[in-house]
Amino acid sequence: MAETSSTPKLSRKDFISDQDVRWCPGCGDYAILSVTQKVLGDLNIPREKYVFVSGIGCSSRMPYYMNTYGFHTIHGRAPAIATGIKAYNPDLSVWVATGDGDGLSIGGNHLLHTLRRNVDLKILLFNNRIYGLTKGQYSPTSELGKKTKSSPYGTIDYPLNPLCFAFGAEATFVARTVDTDTQHMAKVLERAARHKGTAFIEIFQNCVIFNDNAFQEVTDRESRWDKGLYLEHGKPLIFGKEKNKGIRLSPKTFLPEVVTLGQDGVIEGDLLVHDENREDTGYAFMLSRMMPPHFPVPIGIFRSIERPTYDSLLSEQETLALKNQGKADIQKLLNGTETWKVSSL
Amino acid sequence: MTTPKKQIEERRDVVIRFAGDSGDGMQLTGMQFTTATAIFGNDLATLPDYPAEIRAPAGSLAGVSGFQINFSSRDIRTPGDCPNVLVAMNPAALKTNLDDLEEGGILITNTDAFITQNLKKAGYGTNPIEDGSLAKYEHYQLPITTLNAKALEGVGLTKKEIDRCRNFYALGLMFWLFDRPMEVTLRWIEEKFKKNPELVKANQMALKAGYYFGETTEVIKKHYRVQKAALAPGLYRNITGNEATALGFVAASVLANKPLLYASYPITPASDILHELSKHKNFGVKTIQAEDEIAAAGIALGTSFTGGLGLTGTSGPGLALKSETINLAVMAELPLVIIDVQRGGPSTGLPTKTEQADLLQSLFGRNSESPLPVIAPATPGECFQMAIEAIRIAVKYMTPVLFLSDGYLANSSEPWLIPDFQKLQKIEIHHPKTGDAFQPYMRDEKTLSRPWAIPGTAGLEHRIGGLEKENITGNVCYDPDNHERMVHLRANKIAGIANDIPPATLLGDQEGDILLVGWGGTCGAITSAVEELRQQGVSVSSVHLRYLNPFPRNLGEILSRFDTILVPELNLGQLTLLLRAKYLVDAKVISKMQGQPFTIKEIVDGVKRLTLKKEVRQWQKQAAHPS
Repeated sequence: MAETSSTPKLSRKDFISDQDVRWCPGCGDYAILSVTQKVLGDLNIPREKYVFVSGIGCSSRMPYYMNTYGFHTIHGRAPAIATGIKAYNPDLSVWVATGDGDGLSIGGNHLLHTLRRNVDLKILLFNNRIYGLTKGQYSPTSELGKKTKSSPYGTIDYPLNPLCFAFGAEATFVARTVDTDTQHMAKVLERAARHKGTAFIEIFQNCVIFNDNAFQEVTDRESRWDKGLYLEHGKPLIFGKEKNKGIRLSPKTFLPEVVTLGQDGVIEGDLLVHDENREDTGYAFMLSRMMPPHFPVPIGIFRSIERPTYDSLLSEQETLALKNQGKADIQKLLNGTETWKVSSL
Repeated sequence: MTTPKKQIEERRDVVIRFAGDSGDGMQLTGMQFTTATAIFGNDLATLPDYPAEIRAPAGSLAGVSGFQINFSSRDIRTPGDCPNVLVAMNPAALKTNLDDLEEGGILITNTDAFITQNLKKAGYGTNPIEDGSLAKYEHYQLPITTLNAKALEGVGLTKKEIDRCRNFYALGLMFWLFDRPMEVTLRWIEEKFKKNPELVKANQMALKAGYYFGETTEVIKKHYRVQKAALAPGLYRNITGNEATALGFVAASVLANKPLLYASYPITPASDILHELSKHKNFGVKTIQAEDEIAAAGIALGTSFTGGLGLTGTSGPGLALKSETINLAVMAELPLVIIDVQRGGPSTGLPTKTEQADLLQSLFGRNSESPLPVIAPATPGECFQMAIEAIRIAVKYMTPVLFLSDGYLANSSEPWLIPDFQKLQKIEIHHPKTGDAFQPYMRDEKTLSRPWAIPGTAGLEHRIGGLEKENITGNVCYDPDNHERMVHLRANKIAGIANDIPPATLLGDQEGDILLVGWGGTCGAITSAVEELRQQGVSVSSVHLRYLNPFPRNLGEILSRFDTILVPELNLGQLTLLLRAKYLVDAKVISKMQGQPFTIKEIVDGVKRLTLKKEVRQWQKQAAHPS
């Protein structure tokens, strides 16, 4: 999209709409909204070039609160509608706000195909592992056995890992952040905004009403350094309060394992070094499989690679067609190849 | 040696049906015959009829593929009731089509295919060629496979490849029999097989061999001539409904000076529209093959929101999937055109057969009060101008529009008087600009449509969606009175379109005993039936509806001028139901649900049967209560 230097400097408040925000007090959505508004203000893109598209659910109310163009659509279909927007006008910065139910359950198919096509969209997946707006049923990311209103005996659906899903679809930009760490979220969103292609960001988001403390390991101030692994490009995979734990590939199994620096002769050089730009998805997929209790939860940008976007390829085909077929002549098209003339009698 | 003089018989019109295995190239043969016939200058109408399976087992009844063409020296409107000529390439083709052949009609059989195995597959106990059962036809028994193989001896192809040319041999024979020019087909073969000169040579040889067989052999004593038709002067081409639909939308895009985006999921019989549109990217047409019908509708609607011409197309089962998105377009008041090429049956039904039973789905197949315009072309060529009309209405009234075509219109072809593009009406579109007074749901007084502000316009940033809108501001609003007001506003907006469409016109007398009311692809059969009935002295007129919602404003008044209202439609009475509900008239349906279009005779008989019943009832009434 066009970034212009002539645009007057925008700030967070330029992106606050006149609508009352109606999320529950304490909802993690407030932080996501606020960070998004701030990041957009810093991007030097004119406000009228932004479009926010959403499906259904608490997260999907976001467009109403953004003072941009917005389309609150139907359950799970936001990626498809956003694809139409971006395909028709690649000059717009198109953002999708969705939740774990909206994006991964009813909209799973559209999300999959949007990721594989690499449409230049920014997708914010608010993951709270529960259905909020419909009042507390389990979602595709709820843990196995979770007891909810619709699963009094516990769920028997195995949960989906959103990041693994994204890698399966060959997503070009995949990240994870947390609602409580607004600085980290801002950095991730800014990178996502600048990525050319589908940017998929899973945001751990707390639902205070139906699934409070769902991500306590990484949101709790006490445990976050031990349970969370902050990814930084070019840096070894180190975590822990003492910065003494790391991830290496086991020389025996070639699978990742947690090691302590200084123990058994492990040094920093043995650890995996984070590389966002790997073309192969294997490494990123491996990272996305790491979760407690055996591993810390990786947070940050898992993958960021360049690949032509769907919208640019679509436009290129048009240019190519113009070059090969020549300027459109509608009368010639109507006439077709085989014609005959009937003269007046 | 001189060529033997053959008798030539003049015919006003001829109906030929080609029938064979779905792998025999019958559709191709039919299309080539059609092109030659069109260029020769006859009026014509075609009816392809093929199975849903790509290659059903060879020789089986289920695998028979047919192509019927009616060509004439006068104005015709249907593919013809029953064939005068049947070309049967095997026993199964004979079995499934013979009942339709007129008595005394010309029957050409490929005797090579009438072997025990094929006869058994087709369920014949005895060989019909030998048992005398075909005596009532003018039967030409030709070993087409053998004749073709002999003609192609030494061309250096395998036996299998040679046999695949036999449909061109049969076509050549038909070209001779009906005095058609071969040049176009010879050219077509050259283009089609240009990568394989051997195949060009073989197919061209087969075509010519078939032609010269007719000319030189003693087997066939006469051939036929159908004079050119007196069509309106101008430049013509042959066109199918799907082609005309695609070209109509490209033309609409040029007329509106606005790019078109077509998103679709492959489905019979709508796929050809996607195929055709995807060739025209140099017109700024974007085509997207979506992951499903829902996404296709969503992508098209996203385009509309962004200020483009969003178009999606499907057939009945796909329309069911799109309905949630269409309703969002109703609520968001965005232009969106949905093509529904109707096919047979509920669910997957009869994918390759025609029906017109999606009318009620189009009108009512969405939650709540969800009015939208529904329009339906009446002939293959008319798909062109109705496509333009769909866009015109959608953008002027900021509404989704349903374009109801059907399998018959989609695949049938007719000569089409190519429009002079310069003379077509431009489509005016207004977008509010930066600085304009703007509220997302303020309305144009005359059309009741809301402004189409497009993303990228500074100062007009706004949010819309599927939740109920507050009048004027477009904010989310749950107020009961506001909801009722909005329901009425949306309904009135669509109802008001009646003032912006042409009034319905009558064929026949302005008043009388019987009025036939038709819609969509049944137009040709109804029109021909009315002409035939009127020649027989029956007081019958017809009105054909291109606008199903809203109805033309003079329709009620027209209905009131006739004693009996009959509605021929390929469903159980969907338009009939609407007319009864809206105009409180005692409309009766002439229904057909066979996956096939009406024949003229079926409508003529239907009228007679229903009117006779009425006369009997009146007579009974009089007998019971003598005055």
